[in-house]
Amino acid sequence: MASAAANHEAHPAGLKRWLFTTNHKDIGTMYLLFSLLMFFVAGSFAMVIRAELFSPGMQIVQPYFFNELTTMHGLVMIFGAIMPGFVGFANWLIPMMIGAPDMALPRLNNWSFWILPFAFTLMLSSFFMPGGAPGTGWTMYAPLSIQAGIGMDFVIFSIHLLGISSVLGAINIIVTILNMRAPGMTLMKMPMFVWTWLITAFLLVAVMPVLAGTVTMVLMDRHFGTHFFDAAGGGDPVLYQHLFWFFGHPEVYIMILPAFGIISQIIPTFSRKPLFGYESMVYATASIAFLSFIVWGHHMFTVGMPAPAEMFFMYSTMLIAVPTGVKIFNWVATMWRGSLSFETPMLFAIGFLVMFTIGGLSGLMLAIVPADFQYHNTYFVVAHFHYVLFSGAAMAMMGGCYYWLPKWTGHMYNETLGKWHFWLTTIFFNVTFFPMHFLGLAGMPRRIPDYALQFTDLNRVASIGAFGLGLTQLLWVYVVYQTVKGGKKAASKVWDGAEGLEWTLTSPPPYHSFATAPVIE
Amino acid sequence: MSLSFRNEKSSGLLTVARARFAAAMALLLGAGPASAGIRWNFQTPVTPIARQIYHLQDLMFGVCVVIFVIVFGVMFYSIFAHRKSKGHKPATFHQSTTIEVIWTVIPFLILVAVAVPATATLLKMENTSDSALTVRVTGYQWKWHYDYPAQGIGFFSDLSTPVAQIENQEPKNRHYLLQVDHPLVLPVGEKIRFQITAKDVIHSWWVPSFGVKTDAIPGFVNQSWAEIDVPGTYRGQCTELCGMGHAFMPVVVKAVSQADFKKWVAAQKALMVASAAGDNTTWTEADLLSHGKAVFAANCSACHQINGQGIAGTFPPLSAGKPFSAAPAMLQKLRHRGFLTAGGHVVMGPVKNHLRIVLHGIAGTPMPSFSGQLSNADIAAVVTYERNAFGNHTGDVIQPAQVAVLR
Ligand code: HEC
Ligand code: HEM
Ligand SMILES: [Cu+2]
Ligand SMILES: [Cu+2]
Repeated sequence: MASAAANHEAHPAGLKRWLFTTNHKDIGTMYLLFSLLMFFVAGSFAMVIRAELFSPGMQIVQPYFFNELTTMHGLVMIFGAIMPGFVGFANWLIPMMIGAPDMALPRLNNWSFWILPFAFTLMLSSFFMPGGAPGTGWTMYAPLSIQAGIGMDFVIFSIHLLGISSVLGAINIIVTILNMRAPGMTLMKMPMFVWTWLITAFLLVAVMPVLAGTVTMVLMDRHFGTHFFDAAGGGDPVLYQHLFWFFGHPEVYIMILPAFGIISQIIPTFSRKPLFGYESMVYATASIAFLSFIVWGHHMFTVGMPAPAEMFFMYSTMLIAVPTGVKIFNWVATMWRGSLSFETPMLFAIGFLVMFTIGGLSGLMLAIVPADFQYHNTYFVVAHFHYVLFSGAAMAMMGGCYYWLPKWTGHMYNETLGKWHFWLTTIFFNVTFFPMHFLGLAGMPRRIPDYALQFTDLNRVASIGAFGLGLTQLLWVYVVYQTVKGGKKAASKVWDGAEGLEWTLTSPPPYHSFATAPVIE
Repeated sequence: MSLSFRNEKSSGLLTVARARFAAAMALLLGAGPASAGIRWNFQTPVTPIARQIYHLQDLMFGVCVVIFVIVFGVMFYSIFAHRKSKGHKPATFHQSTTIEVIWTVIPFLILVAVAVPATATLLKMENTSDSALTVRVTGYQWKWHYDYPAQGIGFFSDLSTPVAQIENQEPKNRHYLLQVDHPLVLPVGEKIRFQITAKDVIHSWWVPSFGVKTDAIPGFVNQSWAEIDVPGTYRGQCTELCGMGHAFMPVVVKAVSQADFKKWVAAQKALMVASAAGDNTTWTEADLLSHGKAVFAANCSACHQINGQGIAGTFPPLSAGKPFSAAPAMLQKLRHRGFLTAGGHVVMGPVKNHLRIVLHGIAGTPMPSFSGQLSNADIAAVVTYERNAFGNHTGDVIQPAQVAVLR
């Protein structure tokens, strides 16, 4: 396999380079930095939320502003931190992993990124509108979202922009993967990360338009006299929820499948052993994606669905746990009788495995309809989705960051600090979110700015954990900064157990990855 | 009575571990402001359904713990035994159809096994037939209304925790945020059917000890039921985000013996007769003002604020000449009603317009209609109050009869 000829290195410098770039690495970097920024913006909202919840009684914010913060925390984390973060990984890695020089549609790629800063300016500016940002939660249920102030319209338009950005990005990824693979790289030879992104991209194309349509209906109800969701006008408030969750459940898999991909790259490397059951991993991912379209009703068990519908959604939801289980078992089997070492990326991968499984198991408990009547909309659900989204999606990205950072920058990161980052994150994460299971069981609803006295102790624990978790992430930024600035030179093959085309390129790789396509045997 | 939060002897698997963990936590935290202790599981169930749910949850928790221990037992053994630092050489296997079939089928069978009791409980929950008593529950921003259609009784149930406690100016009492002026009263030992709906946005009516949580949705009537077997006071909360006051609309149920329930019904009926009498009398200005102040605090202050100054952008002030910023469309509507133009706004303008707004609400805005909630005397009082408080010295005195003609 030949490494790239480095004759295409010329590109504009300074601001122009970033504004006009069509290079997958530059765009990947911008996505990643943007996602990091949004992670801190949304994280700072969470800090205020946890500060307010440190004690019963209203402390530092007003109830309505608290709802605005909850809404924006969720929207910005999901659409600003997690989704663009994974697109950043896709941009950097997919061309390098499949032996392509760049993405298939580079200008589209530039545009997909540059929509984001505008979309989030629009979204965050809703805080300064009369009536403030929407206080509806990220789910924006009608009729509450119809009642909200003008900030809601800003959020709706920003969701339209984000939808355009995501769909364009997804199309680009699909086209790249299907057309630009090096000779000999059949679909079933692709790295797992590429597979998971291919499937994620199809999910994005399928459901982002549904969300765009749904929020447009809200917009019409708000301003153009329609009554889609207004019972008084013959509309149906529950319809909103069906439409939202038809988008919403695939969306949660959009946020976790690329994480599965990253973990499937890291674990074999540090086990020095090929991924166990590659084919069943591919099939499991595809069946999770398929099932994700028929389980949306599990978010709506209490809306008064007829019993047969509840049974259908209960069984389909339980079924989705089977392929998810297969993935966990395969990762453990990959480690089994390997030759394990525990560099920072591997620590994050193991942390992911354990804590994501806790989230999966609590998901299984939530799928049991009668019990869900008790869990629904309590802190138990908050615990569940933070175990799958923070220790799942976000920690997979942290692991991926340490894994590929030497490749991207050409420098090794500081291993000691990386390990500190892992351990502090893991400890504080569990201090924050584990008690929330018990808060939910004991009866604390989610999305409330003030609570009854018997919830005080565990809320204190959670708040202390949250402050620690927030501060720890500054350490991450410091490690990344240090690595970008300099450090020990990284070899082409950074990790002795790593497999894949990206490790045949120099660290950092040439501006255009594979000018001549490598041939896969 | 505080049955609902009392620590009961927990049944089920990890009781000892839980108790130890609780003790450790208590040491760690010292005595927190809540001496109630930490609760680790559902509130004490007092209906057959809630009890079944409790057992389902214990079963599921057990299944999850066992799966977790097995899977991660294997993984941690591997981490311990198969390390590179110990010189372990990697094996090369990467596939085994047999084992992959096994670990697809076994979880599937486990799931079938738990789906059976879950389905059985679900079908019982959904069966609302043969009830002895029907109660209609209606969610409003931000309080509950309870109706007993067969008994002809209806009333609102509003948070009774004083604002001073929420604002940390007074010590918080034991049932902080979980107390109401009029709890729902129910008899024990018979099947009660709830018909649940909402007037404005979606709410959700939850009583943890009953295992009942049902969304209250405008335009829909959802049903659920409970058969309570222990008298006591049970507390829950609204569990669907419904706006600013979502945390402040608790559900409190008093379960009493059937004899006590009959007595309570009779007493309520007598009260209603007395209140109807209020609509037929002429009130003094002082009585109207003091009653109006109470009505305002209970029904209007959540939006217009207790000082009548409103909240910029969403809720207009009811105080003459107070400036207000909001979206152009809203200002347009307000201006149309004379808001901020010469002569002041609705509270300073013609009495009839003012009464109509309070009676019928303002369609398409959060301003609700109060014709179904408040008696003529209540409305007369609150309008009199609004027109003479917050610096609006109109001197108008409105009588219940003036309201009656506009209904
Ligand atoms: C759920 C929130 C809410 C509650 C509760 C509420 N209001 Fe309103 N009210 C509003 C809103 C919003 C408006 C402005 C509607 C618009 O956009 O035109 C309004 C408008 C009014 C106006 C007209 C103001 C003007 O100058 O145009 C009056 C009078 C009024 N309310 C009285 C009351 C009274 C009396 C009560 C209690 C019995 C009450 N409101 C309870 C939300 C509320
Ligand atoms: C074994 C797999 C899973 C099962 C069985 C499962 C099940 C459920 C159920 C039943 C709910 C609804 C709870 C309620 O509101 O009553 C829920 C909520 C949620 N789940 Fe999962 N889940 C699984 C995995 C995931 C994953 C992988 C993610 C994301 C990466 C995720 C993210 C969420 C989120 C965000 C919510 C809450 C949405 C909201 O109300 O705001 N779940 N899950
Ligand atoms: Cu879901
Ligand atoms: Cu609510």
